[in-house]
Amino acid sequence: MNYIEPHGHMVSRTTDDYERMALAGCRAICEPAFWAGFDRASAQGFYDYFRQITEYEPKRAAKFGVAHYCWLCINPKEAEDLKLAEEVIGIIPEFLGKPGVLGIGEIGLNKNSRNELRIFERHLQVAQDHGQLVLVHTPHLEDKLKGTRLIVEALKNFPAIRPERVIIDHVEEHTIDHVLDHGFWAGITLYPESKCTPHRAIDMLEQRKAARIWMNSACDWGVSDPLAVPKTMQAMRQRGWSREMIQRVAWENPVAFMRQCPKFQPPA
Amino acid sequence: MNTWTPPNPVNLADLGFMDARSKLIDLAAFLDRVQRAGQDDDFRVQALKKAAGLLSLDQPTRAREVLLSFSDPGAEPVEKAAMQGALGAFKV
Ligand SMILES: [Zn+2]
Repeated sequence: MNYIEPHGHMVSRTTDDYERMALAGCRAICEPAFWAGFDRASAQGFYDYFRQITEYEPKRAAKFGVAHYCWLCINPKEAEDLKLAEEVIGIIPEFLGKPGVLGIGEIGLNKNSRNELRIFERHLQVAQDHGQLVLVHTPHLEDKLKGTRLIVEALKNFPAIRPERVIIDHVEEHTIDHVLDHGFWAGITLYPESKCTPHRAIDMLEQRKAARIWMNSACDWGVSDPLAVPKTMQAMRQRGWSREMIQRVAWENPVAFMRQCPKFQPPA
Repeated sequence: MNTWTPPNPVNLADLGFMDARSKLIDLAAFLDRVQRAGQDDDFRVQALKKAAGLLSLDQPTRAREVLLSFSDPGAEPVEKAAMQGALGAFKV
């Protein structure tokens, strides 16, 4: 069964991973801009990274019949350097017109600091000014609850960004209702240890009737699994899910969100 | 369009009991291990023991309650990020 990987950091993955994902039924991958695992030294480093995810990764994906889209930002982990963050935000607009760019992301909070919040709002301003979709990262572990609340509050100050054009990612059982009840989309990340397992994801999907939710692997340079989405689809079959409902979550939902950007074309 | 069709009922104990049993024994063995080593005063271990108590709740909201028990309950942003990672339990 075909699926979409709506959140994968493919610059960290091998070409073999593209092949394995394609064999498992992946037809499109969306790559939010991310932290490199270390702080980049200059805005020029981001310029090259933006070129990599807008020009080079789509070609690498295309070799396996996989469409590649991306999102642009500086990650909240690098927001304490306000000067660097402002410089990077300054170069984003020149990339927004590229064919595969879907919006601003993954922005948000990491340690819930004032500078992170300031840079989050700066990104939201860019998204509002340029009519972009928004993909939000919520903090890890003990910081997620507070961060999710702060993010929802900050978004209320940008009324031109409608909630249905924002996905708040990495929700868990203690944050999913807050996100969905405010009208946003929610992303469930299938990531070992620090985020969500397949069965917990399915529990949440059943509780919320699979509405306005996508699931992703967030595969990156950490211990993560680029096949986490098809493995969860397999667990759904074991849990009695119909083919139609699995397809709803793995295909129709990400398509419904991302096609709000006219550049997103659902793969044939 | 977009109507929800619930899954067909399956025996969830058949599907998940052995996995859950294994994880619970692993948790018990972890608590034994840190105690034998005299490390059970670590705030994360204390948070884990407190969270384990929530398993005996009556309502099907245990996962949510466990996650809440590990969480920073505050509402205000911090002045500056002192680190980039997270520890898994809020240090009071
Ligand atoms: Zn990510």
